[in-house]
Amino acid sequence: MSELVIKTGRPPMNFTLLMVGGFGLILGFLTGNVVGAPLIGLVLGAAVGAGLGYVLNTMVPKKAVGRWAVIGAFALVGLVFGGFGGAVGGALIGAVLGWFAYWVGRGRYRDGVPLYYTPGQTLWWNSFLFICGAIFVFLITPILVVLPLSFNAEDFFTFTPEMLRLDPEGYSLKHYRDFFQTSDWQLALKNSLIIAPIATVISVSLGTLAAIGLSQSHVPFKRPIMAVLISPMIVPLIISATGMFFFYSTLGNFLEDSVGLSKSFVGYVKVILAHAVLGIPFVIITVTATLVGFDRSLTRAAANMGADPVTTFFRVQMPLILPGVISGGLFAFITSFDEVVVVLFVGSAAQKTLPWQMFIGLREQISPTILAVATILVCISIALLATLEILRRRSERLRGMSPG
Amino acid sequence: MTDQTAGTAPAGLSPDEARRADAAHTGPMLAADGTPLKKSLARALRRQKLRALALIAPLLIFVLVTFVVPIGDMLLRSVQNGIVADTLPETVETLSDWDHDGTALPGDDVWTAFYIDMWFAVERKEHTRLGTRLNYELTGMSSMFRKTGRQVDRFDTDVYGEQFVALDPSWGQPQSWAAMLDGPAADALPLTARTWERWKDFNAEEGDKVLEEDIPDFLFTALYHDLTHGAEVEGVSDRLSAAKAAAAEFEPVDLSAQFADADEDLGNIDVWKTLQLYSPRVTSGYFANSVDMQLTPDGIEARPENQQIYGILFKRTLFMSLVITGSCILLAYPVAWLLSNLPMRTANLLMILVLLPFWTSLLVRTSAWKVMLQQQGVINDVLVWLGLVADDARLTMINNQFGTIVAMTHILLPFMILPMYSVMSTIPPSYLRAAKSLGATNWTAFWRVYFPQSVPGIGAGSILVFILAIGYYITPEIVGGNTGTFISNRIAYHISSSLNWGLAAALGTILLAVVLVLYWAYDKIVGIDNVKLG
Amino acid sequence: MKTTASVLALAAVAFTGVAASAQDMANEMTIVSWGGAYQKSQLKAYVEPYVAAHPEVKVVWDESSAEAVAKLRAMNEANNITWDLVDVEAADAIRLCDEGLAKEIDFDGELAAGDDGSSATDDFGESIVSDCFIPQIVFSTTVGYRTDLVGDTPPSDICAIFDLEKYPGKRSLNKRPLANVEWALLCDGVAKEDIYEVLATPEGQDQALAKLGTIKDQVVWWTAGADTPQLLADGEVVMGSTYNGRLFSAIAEQNQPIGMLWDAQMLDFDGWIVPEGLDAPRLARVMDFLKFATDSQRLADQAKWISYGPARASSASLVSTHADLGIEMAPHMPTDPANAKNVFVTQYEFWADYRDDIDAKFQAWLAQ
Repeated sequence: MSELVIKTGRPPMNFTLLMVGGFGLILGFLTGNVVGAPLIGLVLGAAVGAGLGYVLNTMVPKKAVGRWAVIGAFALVGLVFGGFGGAVGGALIGAVLGWFAYWVGRGRYRDGVPLYYTPGQTLWWNSFLFICGAIFVFLITPILVVLPLSFNAEDFFTFTPEMLRLDPEGYSLKHYRDFFQTSDWQLALKNSLIIAPIATVISVSLGTLAAIGLSQSHVPFKRPIMAVLISPMIVPLIISATGMFFFYSTLGNFLEDSVGLSKSFVGYVKVILAHAVLGIPFVIITVTATLVGFDRSLTRAAANMGADPVTTFFRVQMPLILPGVISGGLFAFITSFDEVVVVLFVGSAAQKTLPWQMFIGLREQISPTILAVATILVCISIALLATLEILRRRSERLRGMSPG
Repeated sequence: MTDQTAGTAPAGLSPDEARRADAAHTGPMLAADGTPLKKSLARALRRQKLRALALIAPLLIFVLVTFVVPIGDMLLRSVQNGIVADTLPETVETLSDWDHDGTALPGDDVWTAFYIDMWFAVERKEHTRLGTRLNYELTGMSSMFRKTGRQVDRFDTDVYGEQFVALDPSWGQPQSWAAMLDGPAADALPLTARTWERWKDFNAEEGDKVLEEDIPDFLFTALYHDLTHGAEVEGVSDRLSAAKAAAAEFEPVDLSAQFADADEDLGNIDVWKTLQLYSPRVTSGYFANSVDMQLTPDGIEARPENQQIYGILFKRTLFMSLVITGSCILLAYPVAWLLSNLPMRTANLLMILVLLPFWTSLLVRTSAWKVMLQQQGVINDVLVWLGLVADDARLTMINNQFGTIVAMTHILLPFMILPMYSVMSTIPPSYLRAAKSLGATNWTAFWRVYFPQSVPGIGAGSILVFILAIGYYITPEIVGGNTGTFISNRIAYHISSSLNWGLAAALGTILLAVVLVLYWAYDKIVGIDNVKLG
Repeated sequence: MKTTASVLALAAVAFTGVAASAQDMANEMTIVSWGGAYQKSQLKAYVEPYVAAHPEVKVVWDESSAEAVAKLRAMNEANNITWDLVDVEAADAIRLCDEGLAKEIDFDGELAAGDDGSSATDDFGESIVSDCFIPQIVFSTTVGYRTDLVGDTPPSDICAIFDLEKYPGKRSLNKRPLANVEWALLCDGVAKEDIYEVLATPEGQDQALAKLGTIKDQVVWWTAGADTPQLLADGEVVMGSTYNGRLFSAIAEQNQPIGMLWDAQMLDFDGWIVPEGLDAPRLARVMDFLKFATDSQRLADQAKWISYGPARASSASLVSTHADLGIEMAPHMPTDPANAKNVFVTQYEFWADYRDDIDAKFQAWLAQ
């Protein structure tokens, strides 16, 4: 009786040599191109790659040792030929090549696929991962690229030669100082933090109620009502902005003259209401989508057990549709927090928001201060998202659930 | 509770069955509380409808009042054209009888009316606005109104006043005018009476007393016009009869020559045709304009070749929005698939990479693409550094359609990924495995089993991205250059620079109509209920 | 002499301040301007000294001058004027005045006389291009170039813009016809004194556009004053038109490798207008501020922060050095005789009359 053999081991050495050599060839060609000798780079790269593939996988069993050695060696070579920049480049190439050599040599590329996959399917899976990686790079690169510019010592959106040389002269914190010390920016931050949350609360509360109404089985004129509620998303913003300007001016005049509210309070009311309307379609769409999958018998059961509609809503329905409500709320929040066209029309200078301040910063005086603001906001978002994720994992652990 | 009432009735009773059930029993079927079932059901349904409406009502009213009505009002500007009739009321009135097919310029009455109207328009500073408005239809109108406006109170019409006063000094006294035009003379001197009313209103606006102001030249001109055009003044007053007799001998002022001196364009018959054509308060001119047509006295005709831009812009907007939507689908599908099939911990971490750009200001992302794409930008620098592109042959990737498409694809990509992800994460992975174990190839399993279930996600993302893309204007403005701008950029230009709000409203209405048709089609095909956003 | 004048001015301010509070002035003022270094110069030269003398006044800035005409028209239509004082270019001021959206000013009655004793009307002189417009500065639209990208012969006249052979590469031009069409005709062989006559005809307008057409695919069109300096700093364009103050700040304050051309610079005025329809307390406050902010010393002070020339003749001799860099500012003014050898003075009446026509043609030409 023959035993079942599971092939989890390493690929044949000639496969490793071919792959790593080929990878080295590409890197060598690019590196050679930089110094003006693509052909030499090509040959040298292939040789070095193949050599590394062999040496690392047969003689250096400790992965960490091998990889650091390669990084060190490449950095040294880079330092000799290209100074400090060359050393950084060399270290990067070394890191990539060292990782690749082990990845291929140890068969790690099959980690993500089931055992029964053919080589073709494995290749396809890995290419797929590569494509996805490239898309993530596409998503994130522009942001990563501009963040360093917020430390620019000059007032332009340009990588200066000093910055590229990593010369401390080329960097400064002056745009951050500008953000924290200019009253305009602080006012804008304060306004954004007042307007966006209140607008979100309004759109979420009204939107959720309406979405529940819309999800009932017999709603007359459902389609036209839906179209009206979605319309703020559909109408081009510039048209909405002008239309709303006239409406809110009239409303503002009425509130100030007839009701006697203060000018600045009315200003906030105008912008908040305008932003609330813009956020509503997102709430409606997400909440109705969640309600589509909502099991109606749960409310019936609650009613059967004597709960009144309000209790049913808060104790049964709300917890279940909460994810949809939260995600709608996030969309609404972002809509307000990132909105510039309508606020420029409806608001007055006392209600200027962050995007407003950024917009004029971009138009009248290109100043990396807006990048400093963006950097701060990105750091806050990362912290928020990470906290949420950590909290989620903790509650999972506490509830004894396995990670999904 | 309505649900309870409904719950006590036999479930799933179709009308047919109900009728049969009715027939089987001798009396109507009764609900638990003793009312006939039919009635009870109808009442339950009505209550359910009312409750649904009550839940929707606050938001619906809020959106209707603060959004739909103001926008509708804005869009109505695309047909409103009151400015001509409000600024030049007499001219519009007299011009309506003028035969625009002839070759003769309008007659005396139109010139007199135009003179009076222009005087008021200049004093109220309305003529330049009207000139700008009419310049959309005929070039040269704006400068014509401005030049004429500068001259109109220097016309030689003061000779009328001098002659009337010479005839009878009482003509120089406003009290005598007021007394005269309060009486039967008002019917005999229609133009004078109307002009007097306007003069009174004008003084009231300015806070002046009409009885303390000198009689202006144009009132004498109006009086002269009435008297020489067959006013029936016999028996009204002797002063008028005398004036009528004398007026025939007065030294006349040729108003058409005066106007021609101010601006020769007023002698051009096209100017008058245009004025007459745009007299009505409602016009289709803006809509004609927005489809590269022109409203002329001979009907609607195409604009000259070098002024046709909106057709190009609409096509470009649709085409580029489609390309952006398409590239978003291509890029979002693999990512959404990966996210929904990875373990949740990894997926959530990767999700941060999707949400981060989404939470970064649109302005920052657009500027980032500027930094990336320009000729001395990051991508070109890297390519040159790697030797893939020669330094003097850097790629042009910005200020054209490519720049707009790349930047907008990046900005809208999260709007595609999130709905796709939320749909895909509800598709059980076991379906795919089942298909494969039944012998399907990878491709068949994907195409016949997985893909159809992910279509709602694609649909939701596409409609969202397409609608958002079609109305974008800040990003194309910054990275689009000349060839990569959208129709919305044009709308914004007309709203904030050229101040042609009517045309902006017409373009906006067309854009909105396109979006609504798409929305309707989407609702028919996919159903708006199936849109999911994360 | 100078100090006496300022002491007197301050005393006058203090006095009017006392008198003014009696006649009930609004204490909040929304000033609309262009943002950036220009707004900063106004803050330093006008607003900070004024607020120091009137601590009860609160100033809010709104950086919306670029859309001032559209917004003022909308505010007027909605009967909701939220602005108190608006900084606009002269051409916009004329348009606003023509449409009755700006208040007419009595120069001698409402503004301070010159330091040298001349009446306000004489002191402002030719810069009063409209009854509603209180000029502050003379600026010019001119051309800057990258010194390292133009070879050994840096451009010396305006026609370098159209010379693709000698100066290959992109150039940036304003996305409006003003200045572009004049330069195009000048470089197409039209004599300088005939230019506006030619431009008034449709054929002349087509000729200008045809000349611009020869470089159309090499042009990056800008809409904001900050665009060209950024494009030059990036090396995206070899040359481009912008306002002279922007070029000064890129060259002197930011040390960019940029040179500038004064040839055929387009002189223009920028100044204040007061929106029509303010209520009495607000109007009183604005006029009080204006009287202070447009006197000879204040206008001269502005030049410490930005290289625009004061609009009053009596301010010219008061112009001193740059507040941070300490360099003499007079040689950087567009009106300096060395710079003003060949200038265009914007023809406001012409542009008011033909703006709609030429704009429409230009925009259609651009979009095609």
